[in-house]
Formats: sequence, structure tokens, C-alpha cells
Amino acid sequence: MADYALFLGCNIPNRLPHLELAARKVLPKMDINLIDIPEFGCCPEPIGIQELSRDAWMAMAAINLCLAEEKGLDIITLCNGCFETLRTVNTELKNDGHHKEKVNKVLSKIGKEYKGTQNVKHVLEVLYNDIGVEKIKANVQKELKGIKIAVHYGCHVLRPSAILKTDDPFQPKSLDELVNALGAESIPYLRKMLCCGTGIEGIDKENQLWMVHDKLVQVERMKADCMTMLCPLCYIQYEMGQLQLKKEPYKAQFKVPIMYYPELLGLALGMDPSELGFKLHRVKVDPVLQKIQ
Amino acid sequence: MVLDKEKVVRVRDTKFLDDVIEIGEKIFPEIDKVRTCIQCGTCVGGCPSGRRTAWRIKTLFQKAMIGLKEEVLDTDDLWCCTTCYTCQERCPRGISTTDTVRVIRNVAFREGYAKKNHLFVCSLLFKFGHAVPINEPVKELRKKLGLSELPPTVHSYPEGLKEVNAICEKTGFKEIWEKQWKKAQEAQK
Repeated sequence: MADYALFLGCNIPNRLPHLELAARKVLPKMDINLIDIPEFGCCPEPIGIQELSRDAWMAMAAINLCLAEEKGLDIITLCNGCFETLRTVNTELKNDGHHKEKVNKVLSKIGKEYKGTQNVKHVLEVLYNDIGVEKIKANVQKELKGIKIAVHYGCHVLRPSAILKTDDPFQPKSLDELVNALGAESIPYLRKMLCCGTGIEGIDKENQLWMVHDKLVQVERMKADCMTMLCPLCYIQYEMGQLQLKKEPYKAQFKVPIMYYPELLGLALGMDPSELGFKLHRVKVDPVLQKIQ
Repeated sequence: MVLDKEKVVRVRDTKFLDDVIEIGEKIFPEIDKVRTCIQCGTCVGGCPSGRRTAWRIKTLFQKAMIGLKEEVLDTDDLWCCTTCYTCQERCPRGISTTDTVRVIRNVAFREGYAKKNHLFVCSLLFKFGHAVPINEPVKELRKKLGLSELPPTVHSYPEGLKEVNAICEKTGFKEIWEKQWKKAQEAQK
């Protein structure tokens, strides 16, 4: 059993509690022990905060890293945004003495010091690199046979690849393999690497929804049963986006269930759907659940 | 961007790019590579935002190079990059394109051009410690799911909030933010 400090971030506990439930129930079944650190706050947000003041952003992220260091735990993140922030800051502070000195000077005000002893991992990395596809395959109780899944990675788990080093920046395969390991089929589709557009949501909502639209059109064209992803921000865009796209000027009727990967994993490990928070999905997932039964 | 009809003469600040690089170099050591941009357009070709919005990253760099400071900083376009890093991965010159945009946005914030939504996110962070704080309906949902009503984060640990605010004051971030936030709220009235 590997111990990890669970970094929940903002969107999962405060907007999508069913994703938190899925992570807490399913990941321990794969020998990932999640430990809460209640002092954790915002990562902070890599677009809104970093774009205004990178110095403050870095120092705030360093507080979170220090908390994990005090407990001697590596951090596991459930969100691409948290991952980008914490991995980037951790890498830069570890490799650049100038940054480290500057941040520690700020941190001294609250009696903390960054040392650089711990790592930050995305749940995708933990599942793919540490647990491995073979072990997941061996634990599957109920194969998700015949389910066609459109995989969406999200930008900030892959890029900038020079710092994140998770998978190929344009032709990743980790999540596809994890989906195939459950007996489901990861289908190819156009615009697979298209960004969900969260970063411009507050500036140009209309065009951001068009970006969501462009992707969903392709997913539906390939007759996918559902989409899966490992980022709550992408999740919100594609799920809430489908409701918003019903209005003018889009007038689009999408019905693509959005599944968080740990939910699919839970189903494949034999969990009953009632144990997971499927009721909270804004786009009904019943067609997928019926196909599995 | 709609150009002001009275603004026929474009004001050039030839030192603008030097200033951006001077600030940026402290963060990203190779930021000065932006000077080697050949305007090939690889960045714009793969840009997911540019498929739909008017955002053209190479145009931004060109404007920065010839010193059109206000046209770079005072527009919505600057904030239309989703920071997906596609262009940074592909740039044949190896320019840290997205990182450069981030530095220019930092400059825009310092000079008072930040957008209201970004300032609003900061206000939530200072108040709650989360950029997306909890609300009553989600508290109910959490209880129904068998989770703790408040998540085990800074929401249930107010000491952490004090630390975040102390750090933001120390770095000077809060001071710059307060001025602009006040201005943005007055403009709304």
C-alpha cells in the first residue's frame, strides 16, 4: 500500500463531490492509500492567479509543498490544474536555487521552509506507472465489454512536456491503455487533443462553448457511449457545456455521458453503481450502466 | 479589437519588449528567444483558441517587437490564450511562446490592465482560500454522499487562510490587486 497526500483542490470537493467520492472509494482498492492534509488550500489556480502574479502563485504553491514535506508524503492530485501548478513549482524550486531562495524568504514570514524532498504525481501517473495496466487487468471483476469510450486527456497533464514529463504531448497512450484494460474500447476520434477552453471561459464564453461543441460533434460522430477524463475542469466544460449548448446560437442536442476515470474503474472492479454518485451527473449515465449490466 | 478612431497615430514604446524580457528572465531563463520569432505561423496553425477567437499569438509577438505596448496590453485578445501549450511544444525556433504570454499578462496586471474575472477569482482566494469555494447546495450533496460537510481543506482549517493572505501581502500581490479591484467595482457602478 503506497501512501499519498490527497490534494483535492477546489473544483472536486466544492463543485463535484461525486468525483471525490469515486476517488476515495476506488483508489484504495488499487492499493493507493489517500491521506488528508486539512491545511491544503487552493493549488493556486494556474491561469487566474499565475497570470497576474507568478511570484505570489509560486509562493502559495510552495506552502502546499511544504505541508506534504512536513508529513513526508508525495502528493497525488485529481485535477490537471493542481497538477500543473504543483509539479511546475516543485520542479522549478528543486532545480533553481535562485527561485528557492526567493520563495523561502517569503515563506519565512509564516515559519515555513521549502526543502525539495517530495514529489507531485497526477492520479494518471500513479495508475499507469506505479500500479500498471497489468495489475488493473488482473483485478477487473466485470469487464466493460462493448463500451466505446472517447478518451480526453486535458492539456495540463501533458504539456509543457519539458516540465511535466508524463506522456507524449500529442500522442499520449496512457489513459487509452487504462481504458482498454477495463475491457472497454478507447476509440479514435478527430479533435482528440482539442483543449476544453476553461482558460478563456471568463473572457469569451461564447467561443469557448464553440470549442466544446467542436469536440462533442466528433465524439458523437464516432458513436461513443461516453467520454472519460481525469480533470474536473474539463469534466465541467463537457458536462455543463452540453446543457448550455442547447440554447441559442448553438441549438445542439448532445447526450454524451461524461465519466471520471475512477468511476469506470470502480464499475470494472465490481462495485455497485449505487455506491458511486452517478445521480449527480448532469448528463444521465444510465445508457452506459445498462450496457454494463 | 476595435480601434479608437481618434487614435490614428500609434504610440510606440521601443523599450517594451526589453522590459518584458527583463521581467521574464527572472522567471523563465530562455524567454529572450522570443526575439528570434520568424513569424512562420506554426503557433497560430495549431491554436485551439484561435480556431474560434480572434487570438493570434504571432501577431501579439510582432506588436510587442515593434513596441505597440498599449495594443498588446489593453485588449481582450491577450486573455484569450487557454495556455494549452500546443504552440510552445511545436515552435521551430524553440521559443517559450506560452510562457512569454504569461509574462506579458503579468506585466499587464502590474500596469493595471487585468480583466475583472481574473481579479474576481483572486477575491475568492483571499476570502476563502479556494479559487472555487463551497456553497450551501454542495454542502448538502456532500452529506448525502457520506462525505464530510466541509472538505478536509482550508475550509475546515481557517489558520491556512491567514497564511495565504500573509504570503500575498508579502509578495506585494494583494496591494496591486486591491487597487484594480476597487477600480473594477467602481466601473461597474
